Amino acid sequence: MYKRDIYTIAENKKIAKDVYYMTLEGDTSFITAPGQFINIKIDGLYLRRPISISDWDDKAIYIIYKAVGTGTDKMSQMKIGEKLDILTGLGNGFTIKQESNNPLVIGGGVGTPPMYNLTKQLIQKGKKPTVILGFTSKDDVFGEEEFKALGCPVYITTNDGSYGTKGFVTDVIKTLTGYDYFYTCGPQPMLKAVAMATECSGQLSFEERMGCGFGGCMGCSCQTLTGNKRICKEGPIMLKEEIKW
Amino acid sequence: MVNTKVTLSGWQIDNPVIPASGTFNFGKEFSEFYDINILGSFSFKGTTQEARFGNPCPRIAETPMGMINSVGLQNPGIEAVINHELPEMKKYFNKKVIANISGFSIDEYVHCCEKIDKEEQVALIEVNVSCPNVHNGGMAFGTDANNVAAVTRAVKAVTTKPVYIKLSPNVTDIVSIAKAAEDAGADGISMINTMLGMRINLRTGKPIIANKMGGFSGPAIFPVALRMVYQVAQAVNIPVIGMGGVSSAEDVIEMMYAGATAVQVGAANLVNPYACKEIIEDLPRVMEKYGIKDLNDIIGKAFKE
Repeated sequence: MYKRDIYTIAENKKIAKDVYYMTLEGDTSFITAPGQFINIKIDGLYLRRPISISDWDDKAIYIIYKAVGTGTDKMSQMKIGEKLDILTGLGNGFTIKQESNNPLVIGGGVGTPPMYNLTKQLIQKGKKPTVILGFTSKDDVFGEEEFKALGCPVYITTNDGSYGTKGFVTDVIKTLTGYDYFYTCGPQPMLKAVAMATECSGQLSFEERMGCGFGGCMGCSCQTLTGNKRICKEGPIMLKEEIKW
Repeated sequence: MVNTKVTLSGWQIDNPVIPASGTFNFGKEFSEFYDINILGSFSFKGTTQEARFGNPCPRIAETPMGMINSVGLQNPGIEAVINHELPEMKKYFNKKVIANISGFSIDEYVHCCEKIDKEEQVALIEVNVSCPNVHNGGMAFGTDANNVAAVTRAVKAVTTKPVYIKLSPNVTDIVSIAKAAEDAGADGISMINTMLGMRINLRTGKPIIANKMGGFSGPAIFPVALRMVYQVAQAVNIPVIGMGGVSSAEDVIEMMYAGATAVQVGAANLVNPYACKEIIEDLPRVMEKYGIKDLNDIIGKAFKE
């Protein structure tokens, strides 16, 4: 089920180059899984902006977004106390794989945020995730301390080598053994590289320009080996085995 | 008390507010937000003979006060609509619906309309001759008066339910096309479909929409839609369902003044899933504000003596 409600900005701070952390106080009861997203109405813009949920609790939703266009630029200027009209309960979210005890959790850039609550839940369920976060450069890196605080190994990569391992997340994956599953969110070339670099199964989070965000318009459909899917409704999380690359 | 009931070719609906085809799928997603039985009716997702995936993504672009879509008639095909979607719909919608039918040939329109005509859940058939997002069809029919007449005649020959022809605004003279549909036996006109539009990504210099162009809708096109409804409604003697950027109860009333007997709401549903519910709930207040007791009294007032 979905919910539209009004949320109050309790925090909106810069945490990396063009990247912001926002706390939205309000009803979180319709959020059911990590990897779901919210759809935010922004004054003066017609379509809502879908943003993945980084974490949530009884009183607030926590999101991390990058100011890359008109909508997110406006968001970055918003002040504490401002109200936002938001849809929640959107998307299927990650499903924690019971059989997997040693999963890889791989985030790329602003694909990193949804992996935070997922990692938290994996640890709560007694799993031993290994986290790999990939960024372009040192200025883009965020989340390292937060993930480490959850009590799991965290690897950081930067394309230019200015921080952590030089290269891509797959350069770290190549050095690891013993993992039995993966969860990932990031730019599509990274998702494909991860799928190709791993022999095990996994779940991948996709993105696409959306009309509504709740399955009404077919604006974000894709074809998979298990049929047509709406990124916003049957996705954004898909199984490795069903993806047509 | 005000009266919001209107009648389309003998079919009375509780209010004139109808979600437009392509913005409401088959209703289920919206029934997760509110009880959609408050709607006058809704026009279901444009259906073709065979299942279609539609166009590649990106299919969506934003505009000032509107949006562009290039979905390309993604639908499960007429058989699946009859065997799966309509029975499923009974679980969350107990009124009759408008069947939106598209095609790539006259035979295809005939095939689909003949089949859907037998479904008791369908009150009227809306024949889409105006989709801007598919090659060799859709709009190709809608931009030529002779083709519109031919489709209308062929469909009327195999159906018993009222047939409304959904027209494209991307023409030089929409009145002549509406008249051609009327002369060929159409029971009503639905208008307007989306306008052909485009956006370019400033970073790449290339069109945002994978198919390059798409259908422009939303409040930005309301004045164009209103003007066209006004022109057509006074030129034909059949009902007009008006649409194009309608987003509020005020817009509904304005569209009815222009000559619409009922009004469809499209893009607004995507931005605010409660759009139709809010319009319906607000309608009596706005009617009272403007001294309107019965919506039927205002249809076409803008041009009537």
